[in-house]
Amino acid sequence: MSKYLIDKFLYTIDRDPELVERYREDPRGTVDWWESERANVILNCPAAERSTWLEFTDAERDALGGHDYVALFELGAHTFLLLTLFIAMFERDYAEPLAFQREFAARLGHWKVPYPDIST
Amino acid sequence: MATIAAVIASTHHPFYLRASTATGDDRPPFADEWVAKIEAFRETLTRARPDVLVMVGSDHFHQLWLDNMPQFLIGKAPFYDANYYNEEREFGLPRMGLRGDEELSAYLLRGGIDAGFDLAFSNELRVDHSITCPIITLRPQADLPIVPVYTNIFAPPMPQPKRFVELGQAIRALVEAWPSDKRVAIIGTGHLSLELGGPRQFGPHGPDPEFDRKAVEWIASADLKSALAEVSLDSLWLPGNATHGFMDFMLMMGVAGENVRADYADSLDLFHTMEAYFTWYPEASR
Repeated sequence: MSKYLIDKFLYTIDRDPELVERYREDPRGTVDWWESERANVILNCPAAERSTWLEFTDAERDALGGHDYVALFELGAHTFLLLTLFIAMFERDYAEPLAFQREFAARLGHWKVPYPDIST
Repeated sequence: MATIAAVIASTHHPFYLRASTATGDDRPPFADEWVAKIEAFRETLTRARPDVLVMVGSDHFHQLWLDNMPQFLIGKAPFYDANYYNEEREFGLPRMGLRGDEELSAYLLRGGIDAGFDLAFSNELRVDHSITCPIITLRPQADLPIVPVYTNIFAPPMPQPKRFVELGQAIRALVEAWPSDKRVAIIGTGHLSLELGGPRQFGPHGPDPEFDRKAVEWIASADLKSALAEVSLDSLWLPGNATHGFMDFMLMMGVAGENVRADYADSLDLFHTMEAYFTWYPEASR
C-alpha cells in the first residue's frame, strides 16, 4: 500500500494544467505514463537523482485509472488533494454550481467517522 | 519595544472574493451580509494602525510537500509571491505580491528557536490563500510588510494542539519584546468544523454546528482550558475531516492570552462552513 504515491500522483497532476487535462481525457494512459516516468522523480532533486522503489499496487493503479474517487478515498488518499483535482476535472460537466461536489459527497454517503486513515 | 496593535483570528474562506464581487444572477443571496460583516471586521484592523503583519496560516500542499514537511515554518524573505494556479482555477484568486519584513522574521526565528521551537525557515516562499484570504478581507490594499508563519494542520503526523497554543504564547512574548517602535498586528486564520473530500462536504451548514457553537465561545473568551480539555488530534477528525485547521485558532488564542475576551467577535453561518471573526486589542489593557 502506497498512499504516499497516490498523493504524489494527485499533487503533481493537480499543479500542472496540461496534466489535469491529460488525466481527464486519458486516465489509464496518464497513470501508466506517470508511474513509469514520474513516480520516482524526487521533486526537489535533479532528474538523475531519482528514487528506485516507488510503484502502485494493482488496486491503486485501477482506482486512479478509473477516476474512482470513492475507491481512492477508501485507499486513504489525502482528501484535500482528491477533492481539488476532481473538481478541476469534472465540475465543468455539471450545470448547477457545487453539483459535482455534492454528488462526490453523496457517493461517499455510506461512510461515517472514522474515515480511512490518510496518514502517510 | 514593539506594540501589539491587534490580535486577529479568522476563518479563511477562499470563495469570499468571488462572492463579494459577483453581480446580477451570479451574486449569491448571502453576499451582501457577508460583505457587510467583512467590512466591519476590516475596520478592527484599520483602526489599530499596524505597520507590519505577522500572518499565521498553512500551506495547502503548494510549496510544501510530503517529502520534506515542516511542522512550523517562518518565512524570511524580502518579498512573497502569492497564490497558485489551482487557487486561480478553483476560487478565482488573483496572483498577488506582498513585501516581507526580514528583520522581524529573523528576530522571530532566532527567538523562537531559542525558546525551544525548532522552527523551519524559508528564504523563498510563495504563500497561498491561507495568507491572501485575510489580506483580501482585512487589508485589501496589501500595502504592509508581512512575516508568514506556517503550521502543519494538514499532513499527519501533526503537532499536538497544546504545541500550537505554546507557539502562539511564544510569538506574543517575542513580539512584545522586539526592540522596535513598530505597531505589529498578529493575524491568524484557520477553520471551524470543515469537511473536504468527504461525505459531509458542501452541506447547508458546516458539518458540525454544535462544535462550531462551542468553538466560537472558546475563541471569543480565549478559553484555552476548555478547548484543550475537549480537543485532541484524534477528536478533531470527528467534526469534519479538515477540522485540524482549528489548531490555528488555538494558536491565536495563545497569542491573545488565556481568558482574555475578544474585543470584537462575529460569525456568519454559511453553506459548507461557518465564518468567524475575532479581534483583541492588547494595547488597551496594558
